[in-house]
Amino acid sequence: MKKALIAGAAAAAVVAGCTGMQSKEMDAKYDAETIQWMKRDFHARGIAKMDRLDQDEAQRVCTQYDNKPPEAEAKQIEAAELKQIKLPADGNYMGDWKAGQKIAQSGHGMTWRDKPGTPNGGSCYNCHQLSSAELSYGTIGPSLNQFGKKRGYTVENQKYVYEKIYDSKAFVACSNMPRMGHSGTLTEKQIKDVTAYLMDPNSPVNK
Amino acid sequence: MQKTIATLAVACTALFASGAFGQSADEVKKGIEQYREMLELGNPAELYALKGEELFKKKRGPKNASLQQCDFGKGPGVLKGVYAEMPRYFADTGKVQDLESRLVTCMVQLQGFTEKEATRRPFGNADKPSDNELLVAYIASQSYGDPIDIKLDNPKMEEAYEIGKRLFHYRAGPWDFSCATCHAEPNTRIRLQDLPVLSSTEGAKATMTTWPAYRVSNSQFKTFEWRINDCYRQMRFPEPKFISDSVIALTTYLAYTANGAIYKGPGIKR
Repeated sequence: MKKALIAGAAAAAVVAGCTGMQSKEMDAKYDAETIQWMKRDFHARGIAKMDRLDQDEAQRVCTQYDNKPPEAEAKQIEAAELKQIKLPADGNYMGDWKAGQKIAQSGHGMTWRDKPGTPNGGSCYNCHQLSSAELSYGTIGPSLNQFGKKRGYTVENQKYVYEKIYDSKAFVACSNMPRMGHSGTLTEKQIKDVTAYLMDPNSPVNK
Repeated sequence: MQKTIATLAVACTALFASGAFGQSADEVKKGIEQYREMLELGNPAELYALKGEELFKKKRGPKNASLQQCDFGKGPGVLKGVYAEMPRYFADTGKVQDLESRLVTCMVQLQGFTEKEATRRPFGNADKPSDNELLVAYIASQSYGDPIDIKLDNPKMEEAYEIGKRLFHYRAGPWDFSCATCHAEPNTRIRLQDLPVLSSTEGAKATMTTWPAYRVSNSQFKTFEWRINDCYRQMRFPEPKFISDSVIALTTYLAYTANGAIYKGPGIKR
């Protein structure tokens, strides 16, 4: 009886020790399993290949810190992202705001249903208010209504808008916004058009 | 059916009369909400549940058997409340299973279908719903009024919950999305569609008590496996396989977060 009690107590101590001691190990085990499970449980479909599950540095750090990385790591990501932005060769950031409006309205592109080679939309209205005339806008991102008018129609601001659309993570490491240029979603011309939609004084965004 | 059509007619009139194309986004949203409330009076999901019941009781497959002896966790033949307690661990398969996964198990074991046959067409279309959708509509309807109760009383359930939580926050793909990108901030929406905060008790409850659901915009009945599948499509990920452990893990995380809420489905969505 006494022996059994001691054995029981020892077993209980081991269990208690495990749950306490191993919680970090368990976290690491579940982290590793999550990636293994995804690789086993997803399959490529259409243009959406399996390599889309592989995280780059920004995605990995943002996942690890639940989008609130320590300042040093955030700065590192922002610097690395800023470096890879390709500015327009002709030095001009502005395109056609009318074409930009169509890109801002379109939510098509990059899914497993989308055909390769068809132009992608920017899905801007999914998350942002832009023109006052469009009532169907999302609120995950800030309102960009009157953007150029409020910020000023300067070349510096045109450049900022172009860069922000190209790679949002160059400014906020774990921004919710996709890196439209970096990911190959929008072309240089398309980013210029969307920049004009925000920055052209004649665009409905600034009316 | 006639009741449904009449309700739809009234609801449509209300939608347009309420100024859906009027002055403000708030008014547009109000119109849609009114429309949805009116549809709840005659949810077409009931028609899918009726067809599902017929299919459930029909003798089919190489073994010419019905699904009536299927064990959804409360013993063979018990349907009352089972959906509200899934996903759950099943000792006979050694797996955590959601309803859709368990239906496949029973189609194989009781009716003699191959797994390939049982999973060939999980999601249907407006012309022809899938067998899976009809069966889910029926079985889920048998949990109306029952509390969601997911127990992490088994290492496999705990594992499913933990991995589900990690999947929810995993950022990847060309657009850097995770589930949390759209479902972690309160009072946000995509276009006019409100987004529930699924990592919160309140948000998870609202969502998990109303799926599966009839979708007004495309006249289809949709299951929760479909909901997750289509989220990953919009997240620009590759496709999660039907009834895979990852989809069930994510569902386990969300359903556990909704524990205690009273199940009110099948629901009706935009």
